[in-house]
Amino acid sequence: MSNEAQQPRSFEKTRTSETVLHRITALRAPKLLLGLELSLLIFAIAIGVAAVLIIDLTVNGEVSTTLLPTGALFVVSLLALHLTIRRIAPDADPLIMPIATFLNVIGVAMIYRIDLATGLTGWDSTSVRQLVWSSVAVLGAIAVLAVVRNHLVLLRYTYLSGLGAFVFLLLPMLPFVGQEINGARVWIHIGGFSFQPGEIAKILLAIFFAGYLVQSRDSLAMVGKKILGIRFPRARDLGPLLVFWLAAMVVLVFQRDLGTSLLYFGLFLSMLYIATGRVGWVVLGVGLFLAGGIIASQTLAYVKVRFNNWLDPFADPYGAGHQMVTGLFGMANGGMTGTGLGQGYPEMTTFSQSDYIIASLGEELGLIGLFVILAAYLLLVGRGLRIGFAGQDDFGKLLAAGLSFSLAFQVFIVVGGITRVIPLTGLTAPFLAAGGSSLVSNWIIIAILILLSGSIRNRPKLVIRA
Amino acid sequence: MNKQLKALTRTIFALFIVLFFAVTMVQVVQADDLRANELNGRTIKNGYEVERGSILVDGDPVAYSTPTGDSYKYVRQYSAGSLYAPITGYFSHSQGMSGLELAMNQDLSGIGNAQFFTRIQNTLNGVSPQGSSVQTTIQAKVQRAASEAMSELGVDGAVVALDPKTGRVLAMTSTPSFDPNLLSGNDDAEIIANYGQLADEPSQPLKNRAIAGDLYHPGSVYKLIVAAAAIEAGDAKPSSSFENPDKLKLPQSTHEMQNASRTTCGTGSKATLEQAIVMSCNIPIAELAMSMDKNAVPNMAHAFGFEQEITIPLKVTPSASPEPNDQSQVALSSIGQLDVRSTPMQIAMVSAGIANGGTVMKPQLIDKIITPDLRVEKEYTPEQFSKPISEKTAEAVTGMMEKGVSTPEGLAQKAAIDGVRVAGKTGTAENGVAEDGTDVPFTLWFTGFAPVEDPQVAVAVVIENGGGANYGFEGGSFDLPTAVGKRVMEAVLSE
Repeated sequence: MSNEAQQPRSFEKTRTSETVLHRITALRAPKLLLGLELSLLIFAIAIGVAAVLIIDLTVNGEVSTTLLPTGALFVVSLLALHLTIRRIAPDADPLIMPIATFLNVIGVAMIYRIDLATGLTGWDSTSVRQLVWSSVAVLGAIAVLAVVRNHLVLLRYTYLSGLGAFVFLLLPMLPFVGQEINGARVWIHIGGFSFQPGEIAKILLAIFFAGYLVQSRDSLAMVGKKILGIRFPRARDLGPLLVFWLAAMVVLVFQRDLGTSLLYFGLFLSMLYIATGRVGWVVLGVGLFLAGGIIASQTLAYVKVRFNNWLDPFADPYGAGHQMVTGLFGMANGGMTGTGLGQGYPEMTTFSQSDYIIASLGEELGLIGLFVILAAYLLLVGRGLRIGFAGQDDFGKLLAAGLSFSLAFQVFIVVGGITRVIPLTGLTAPFLAAGGSSLVSNWIIIAILILLSGSIRNRPKLVIRA
Repeated sequence: MNKQLKALTRTIFALFIVLFFAVTMVQVVQADDLRANELNGRTIKNGYEVERGSILVDGDPVAYSTPTGDSYKYVRQYSAGSLYAPITGYFSHSQGMSGLELAMNQDLSGIGNAQFFTRIQNTLNGVSPQGSSVQTTIQAKVQRAASEAMSELGVDGAVVALDPKTGRVLAMTSTPSFDPNLLSGNDDAEIIANYGQLADEPSQPLKNRAIAGDLYHPGSVYKLIVAAAAIEAGDAKPSSSFENPDKLKLPQSTHEMQNASRTTCGTGSKATLEQAIVMSCNIPIAELAMSMDKNAVPNMAHAFGFEQEITIPLKVTPSASPEPNDQSQVALSSIGQLDVRSTPMQIAMVSAGIANGGTVMKPQLIDKIITPDLRVEKEYTPEQFSKPISEKTAEAVTGMMEKGVSTPEGLAQKAAIDGVRVAGKTGTAENGVAEDGTDVPFTLWFTGFAPVEDPQVAVAVVIENGGGANYGFEGGSFDLPTAVGKRVMEAVLSE
């Protein structure tokens, strides 16, 4: 029973667990992961630069400098974001930012390619503006990181966010400021400068839903009647659902924006489900939305046209179905391997730089290229969901899941619309499509996800060390 | 909450699976159809990017691409101008394509799935893409004979010549034709102007009368189908005889049917089926048709290809042989009037089927597809289309058709070729009365084959607006189309 006899064994044990601890710590070492983030970021930027070079050489036969100044600005802002992440969220997921960057630069390259085809050059070209907006968006992300720092701060502003979302949604309806573009009244126009406030409203809504549901999920999860094995909520708990359904219908009818309406309501339903765990809510919600959509498709001309185009785009190939048809032709032209960058005719598709950029990419990069892009989205969404799984606080979990779902759902609505899985709605592919408001809001989502992952990932380490 | 998150993750995954599937559907499964869609402007543009394959007749290119210095890398040229236009069609920037240029576009432009690996290879090797060439079954001398015969007569119409044993199309003309070079240049404005001019032309040169024009009343050539149906069913023999009035009052109708001669069929009190075919009499045929089941003739026509979608690979407009409602309709349809309508291709198939012992071969315009490195990528083999009648029935009908050419009273005697046994049948179809009360000009037909003992060619000739009151009943079917048919058959047999 001598202590000396046990000493080595105990020491050995301690050393082993010390090693294990060391290894775990090493695995979670922030420096290493941020190194990974930096190298992936450089890789993503390199893909964009290579794409632009290929396009230049294929279309013009020489390298141009059109994108150089703004491109450099974008790269600098990306590096600034990376450095900000190092300071504020050193434990953040290293994949989120590089994937967003990859999608962003691929989008810019495609927009640039279509600019060349349509003869747009200089500061007026969409690609240059897209790069400026990208830089602004990344600076926005930096600002969010720097100001918010801890995502729990957002919980404090739950109802303010809700109010903000409401105001932003209503802005386009105001006279003078509001503007109708391509039939949808979702823009505001101030001093030669257009913005889609609904994009920002999306984030505010996610924050509001997360905060609201964390507080009131117990009452919403209350038992109700069970029908066909699904428990449905009681009539008096239906309030919030009906309110948001009405809000979605208002967007559908008055702003004539089917996609946004669908996206907001989908976001609400998914978060409601995560918070309460009641499938009944989803069934009720989907039923309500379908009913509203079907009534709208019979009574609202613009929804009816989209509905008919969905069923048979070739019925009116030069008129209402033109966009759909040219998009399908473009994707078919690309086939499996694509025509190669600069060798297709993406400019023949209407809205080839914005709503239909997926079809343009499909034409020049082919099925293989679209698979890579979809995989990138899926990976990004997967990282977001992972934050939800690993999260410690319900607010963070809900917010991460809601934002991830909104990204995934938006991709589904856009790509599904182009490939005729669902009616075309007029949403744009996140990060890819030309448009400043969408870039800003999506980079802010990235910033929030990075914040969430940063605060979540450095916790287990603290537990181990303690 | 993680349980719900799991469900959400699965949902998102399912949504993405749907997207992967949908994208694959568009870009791989439906891609060929979308590329072949005639509204697809990209296909045309792509066509000018690659060196498009040639269309060959007897090994010589009649449609081919030559390099240009302008933004379109190639221009399409047609060596024989209008001669092969009904076969090649045209290939233009602004007006799309037609004919084989359209039907074989995937192979000609090298975008078909068959060339998938060649395409990848070319990309890797940096070889500029090139399409495959299409060898047609057309024989230049037959095509030329048909086209020249029609234009010498100065008539509008079409000629189709088939090899009855294989279904190969030896000649296919549509008169008047057009010069595809007018529509294939690289000057869009000029093409649009030329196209507008051709489209406004009253004689409609862009229409392919052989397979896709307005359908024609087949008139008396339809009697071959009545005879075939009757003999096949055992309802009649060539020697079966019928009442021989000079006028036949149709049941439940005020209409009186007459023979083309406005007299009786021959001099006897009875007329045989053979006489009716040889002299092309209406009344005995109508009597025969009314004695049969009212669907017997339409069913036989269907077996020969009427009412069916046929692609050669050009699309052949289905010919019409609707079921008659009453006996007077039976009588009128039996002589190829009323709602019976046909393409020249369909009538050629009828003759070819009779010539080939009752077996109709599928008409085919493509012989093989040849890759740029001169490999044969695909070779077409003869395919049976249908077997509407037995060999015995075919022989009986052939006998009557041969007498139509060889006997002095036969209406098709102008098809006779020295030292060759020729079978033939003429047809004159009335097209009713115009608004001003005058007769609309007739449609004149000839169909036949030669030599009877070993058929090498079956032919159908149609001449629009070729006779009737406006022409003083001069130059009827016994004359104009029959002479054309003879020249075409001679051209095949001249080897």
